[in-house]
Amino acid sequence: MTDFLNTWGLTAIIFVPLIGAAVMMLIPEREEEAHKQIALLTSLVTLGLVAALMIDFDYDDAGTLQFVQDKGWIDVINSRYIIGLDGISIPLLALTVLVVPLVIIYSWHHIPNPGNAKAFLILNLILETGMVGTFIAQDLILFFLFFEVVLLPMFFMIAVWGGEDRRYASLKFFLYTLFGSALMLLGFLALFFLAQDPATGAALHSFDMRLLTESAGSGIVHSTQLWIFGAMFIGFGVKVPIFPFHTWLPDAHTQAPTQGSVILAAVLLKLGTYGFLRIAIPMLPEAATTWAPWIGLVAVIGIIYGALGCLAQTDMKRLIAFSSVAHMGFVMLAIATMTPFGFNAAIYGMVAHGLITGMLFFVAGSVKERYHTLDISRLGGMLIQAPKLGWILGIVSMASLGLPGLAGFWGEFPAILSAYSPANGLSEVTFRTYMVIAAVGTVLAAGYLLWLYQRTAMGEPSAEFADDPNITDVNTQEWLAWTPLLILIVVFGVLPGLIFDVTDPAVTQILDNCLQQPDGCTSVVQAAVGG
Amino acid sequence: MNLLLLAAEGATSVPLAVSDGANWFLEHAWIVPLLPALSFLVILFFGKRMPRKGAEVGIAAVGLAFLFSVVAGIAWIDHRDNFTLPEESGEHALVIDGSSESVDQIVLAAEETPAEGDHAEEGAAGEAHGEAESPTIAVHSSTTWFHNGDVAFDAGILVDGLSVVLLFVVTLVSLLVHIYSTDYVAGDRRYTHFFAFLSLFTASMLFFVLSDNILQMIVGWELVGVCSWVLIGHWWEEKPNSDAAMKAFLTNRVGDVGLLVGVIILFWAAGHGSFDILTINSNIISGGVSHTALVVAAMSLTTAVMSKSGQFVLHTWLPDAMAGPTPVSALIHAATMVVAGIYMVARLYPVFFEGMQIGGSSINLLATIGAITLVFGGLLAFVQNDIKKVLAYSTISQLGYMAMALGVGAWTAAVFHLFTHAFFKACLFLGAGSASHAVHSFDMKTDMGGLRKWMPHTYRTFVVASLALAGVFPLAGFWSKDEILAGTGGWGLFGGTGGNGAYTFHLVMGTVGAALTGAYMTRVIYLTFFGEFRGHGTPHESGRRIIVPLYILAAFALFAGLFNLPAGFITGNHSSWQERFGHYVEPVAGYFPPISHATPSYSLAIASSLVALAGIGYAYWYYFVKVDRLARATGESLTELPDGFVSKSSVARAGHTLLVEKYYLDHLYTDVIAGTTKGAIARGANWVNQNVIDGTVDLAGRTSVKAGQLTYDKIDQAVVDGTVNGSGRISDALGGIFRRVQTGKVQQYAALLFAGAAILGGILVVVLSL
Repeated sequence: MTDFLNTWGLTAIIFVPLIGAAVMMLIPEREEEAHKQIALLTSLVTLGLVAALMIDFDYDDAGTLQFVQDKGWIDVINSRYIIGLDGISIPLLALTVLVVPLVIIYSWHHIPNPGNAKAFLILNLILETGMVGTFIAQDLILFFLFFEVVLLPMFFMIAVWGGEDRRYASLKFFLYTLFGSALMLLGFLALFFLAQDPATGAALHSFDMRLLTESAGSGIVHSTQLWIFGAMFIGFGVKVPIFPFHTWLPDAHTQAPTQGSVILAAVLLKLGTYGFLRIAIPMLPEAATTWAPWIGLVAVIGIIYGALGCLAQTDMKRLIAFSSVAHMGFVMLAIATMTPFGFNAAIYGMVAHGLITGMLFFVAGSVKERYHTLDISRLGGMLIQAPKLGWILGIVSMASLGLPGLAGFWGEFPAILSAYSPANGLSEVTFRTYMVIAAVGTVLAAGYLLWLYQRTAMGEPSAEFADDPNITDVNTQEWLAWTPLLILIVVFGVLPGLIFDVTDPAVTQILDNCLQQPDGCTSVVQAAVGG
Repeated sequence: MNLLLLAAEGATSVPLAVSDGANWFLEHAWIVPLLPALSFLVILFFGKRMPRKGAEVGIAAVGLAFLFSVVAGIAWIDHRDNFTLPEESGEHALVIDGSSESVDQIVLAAEETPAEGDHAEEGAAGEAHGEAESPTIAVHSSTTWFHNGDVAFDAGILVDGLSVVLLFVVTLVSLLVHIYSTDYVAGDRRYTHFFAFLSLFTASMLFFVLSDNILQMIVGWELVGVCSWVLIGHWWEEKPNSDAAMKAFLTNRVGDVGLLVGVIILFWAAGHGSFDILTINSNIISGGVSHTALVVAAMSLTTAVMSKSGQFVLHTWLPDAMAGPTPVSALIHAATMVVAGIYMVARLYPVFFEGMQIGGSSINLLATIGAITLVFGGLLAFVQNDIKKVLAYSTISQLGYMAMALGVGAWTAAVFHLFTHAFFKACLFLGAGSASHAVHSFDMKTDMGGLRKWMPHTYRTFVVASLALAGVFPLAGFWSKDEILAGTGGWGLFGGTGGNGAYTFHLVMGTVGAALTGAYMTRVIYLTFFGEFRGHGTPHESGRRIIVPLYILAAFALFAGLFNLPAGFITGNHSSWQERFGHYVEPVAGYFPPISHATPSYSLAIASSLVALAGIGYAYWYYFVKVDRLARATGESLTELPDGFVSKSSVARAGHTLLVEKYYLDHLYTDVIAGTTKGAIARGANWVNQNVIDGTVDLAGRTSVKAGQLTYDKIDQAVVDGTVNGSGRISDALGGIFRRVQTGKVQQYAALLFAGAAILGGILVVVLSL
């Protein structure tokens, strides 16, 4: 059993959701309960498999890829089916497979208009395959495939089950990300053709991410590296989204159904930051060093700008969407430091943001369902009418603004901390300036979140909703879907080591790969900076 | 400087003076915050089902914590006098002699300690600095919380005189406030919730004062901030309350930027990758830290002190915070939380001592902010009609004294003032609560007056606490305030000398502050307790659960000053009663800077007392004589003279308006800064977002569509004629698909999706194999 798990476990978690989806296709649409049960079962099996893999995982060796499968796939381009799990992937994989069943539970009585549980849940499962695959793929083409697979279900989710302006939002989301992906693919192809084996100097002609990480851009002249990195920067940056490529996000979030928003915030945005951590920086460390100050710059612009955007919003969901721009700014700032410390902080920030913002969108969805509006000026007094919902919003807002003791703090504070001391070759003055700006961003974060809370939860209920019987407190499905997230927000806030201990060896490994090169990033970088 | 000198002589050196072994109560001081933390959870989840709605749990937990603190205090006194490190630990001695090697030594020794996951530094007794005093051996135990990269994040406790004093103050005031609240907030709509958060606050504050590292301090600091937010906004149905809560939180967040930046600088520059307070402090003292970094760190942390401890110009949240229930004002916004900033400075004193160059100077940022705060805050107290607001500005003013004391190097005086102030200010707030409980208002001018007849107990305790606050001999405030004034080193007359510099300006401000304090408290006492009652109904004295805490606190206000009688005050056999507080609280250790102590002088004590009495006397003459006489003559209950100097002089009127408008700072913050950020700037950013950035995206989209149409019309249709039919068919097919999508036949979506993925895969293979 263990052998099977170790060999096929990762493949299984990619395909189990697809099998579930295939089974559901055979069942007629009217069997709604069956669809829900199968979807939930499938996602729970996936969750169980990941849990089993996590139990079996050798954490002392978290820097090494484990459960690796390496099979021929598209021989003509030397693209292989390589998947593996290390300390960087684990937290994100776990987050993904946790969020999907929770979304399905939430959907039990909340299938958005125009209904059709079958199609909706099938899309969820296909999304799961794409997200899971992205986090464990170790071949660039495979990675790209999964990265794109995610796009279509989300497009349909928004376009069919979305709000009034869904057509525009979904198309914008689809085209924008596709545009980024095209550039990203160009970057991948360039790597394929140009990367060399550092030992022999022979061309690699491979999409194997392990080899490309080891190669760390050797044999590619600096200016070319910069272009390749730039292509990936836009590709991943659109997904994050980095300022100024973020404008698809508020529209997509606002129009998407609750479930779509949750998955989008909790997991999809992380595909971009994961790309930076896993691909762009380790594979082109030299170019990354040149780019890093600019990444840091757009990151801190995002922090302030996103927060200002939040303050201007009148729609609760759109406000939360903008807050993602700010929060992902902290993650990107940590990544831009190019230090193990910063990378760890970034992964923490990704998980924390996934849990917290996912939770915020859940709450927003439930508010919308009860009040039929998310217009902040019309809400109010939630603590009176639905006290538990109000409390949950309060706790999650506090987590989001980075209160110590809740998960958000450990993504935010270490990110700011890491900016004081960026990697060799990066300007300390520049990054310390970013550090201060990011710290100022925490004030604005407190501002928009508390202001939101004050206007929605405190005060007396407005006359419009005072006697609305529709406004009830948290129901069973909501408790089931939310409790795991709330528990994790607290647990990760108290025991940050749960994530840091897992990611650290892998992060050190992935950044050391280039440092170990004879002309690895440090020496190259210093030469580049000196020259 | 002194240390370098000592090192050069090679004769004496200051040991770090830390031990992991001591009395059980000191080693296990972490139980103190744990008790209220557990009570928070119990009250939150089970409180409503309990007979007394959770209050009993809170009182029991805080009561136990108080007892524990008392025992820990006694244990500390014994520890201070009798504990010496065993001889054999001499080889681990951590001697700080100013050379960079010794810094390494500390780090090495810490790493070499064998205990796994639980390490503690040890130091040997040695010669003390300055005076020939034995070192205070702090009790330190910590364990690794988690790692990030090479950095170990520890959690632990640092128990020395400073933390023990704070444990005592926090648990005592908290316990009394708990008891008081059972009456004061009885029948409140969120009674259980109130007690839950009192517990959480107490736990967070205790956690904060026991922190052995600055990261833990951030955690405690933010948690008390949140409790403050919750409790200020306790009655959040009314918008002014939630506004006040938000203002408190946001103003503190502004200061927290300084805290974050300061802590980060200390972590890298002073701790060399450690948050540990002992490491940071001893590294600074041994001179291994860049001065620039210390200057920036000290200034950043001062910002944090300004917001948390209500220093000018970030003090504006504190008066608004009075929107919370009165027990909360007493506990959080007078006695404990607001001194967190003061405590932080005291704890990280080397940062400020070196960073601000306190020794041998006559001016620095911290001392000057404190001096300005104590006068400007005191002035604002005069124009308040709300009794709690007077006390709030008084708190600001007294916090100014503490900050100034730390700024001039009078460390012990600052901590001692923190200690005495907690009691008399808590007593005043609770007394004000008692009075307002009787008249259902906080407005002294419209609803109070003559209350001494109805409320003799409240009246008596309030007067005692007021006298203590005003610094009247021999009450608590006299001693602590006098020590601060002496500590400025600015008094050169009749034998007063010493101190760390010549802070004459600060001495003057401190003395002016003493006069103001006496005057505004006299005004409060007249308006509240004298004259005729101006409110409605018949006031009545409060119940026992309110009165007893008042008397206990009044007793401390009377006698707490005796804990630290100045040197030379009593001679002969009883001289051991002198400076007990300083002896037990001020560290003599390698983690504390070599400050010099001022010599107290009778002449200064007499001079400052005269000034304070002059302030009281003037106010007495104005209210008790002139106003009272006029009131008797007219038969009305007056609160001021109708033809006072404010109405006569335009300068005085302008000054009065400036005070009433609180120096216009609230306008600046709320209307100008917050208003523009929320309004113009945020809307501007949003406009740019929608029209410029997003506009570009939309434009790109539209241009592509147009380009496509153009291509189709001009090239495809006109030129590549043969493909016309083909594209027609394709667009028909596409249209069909989309029609199906739009008409809701979503069964095919998944299939479509697979088709899409397959096509995409196919395209990839084709493209890539070219």
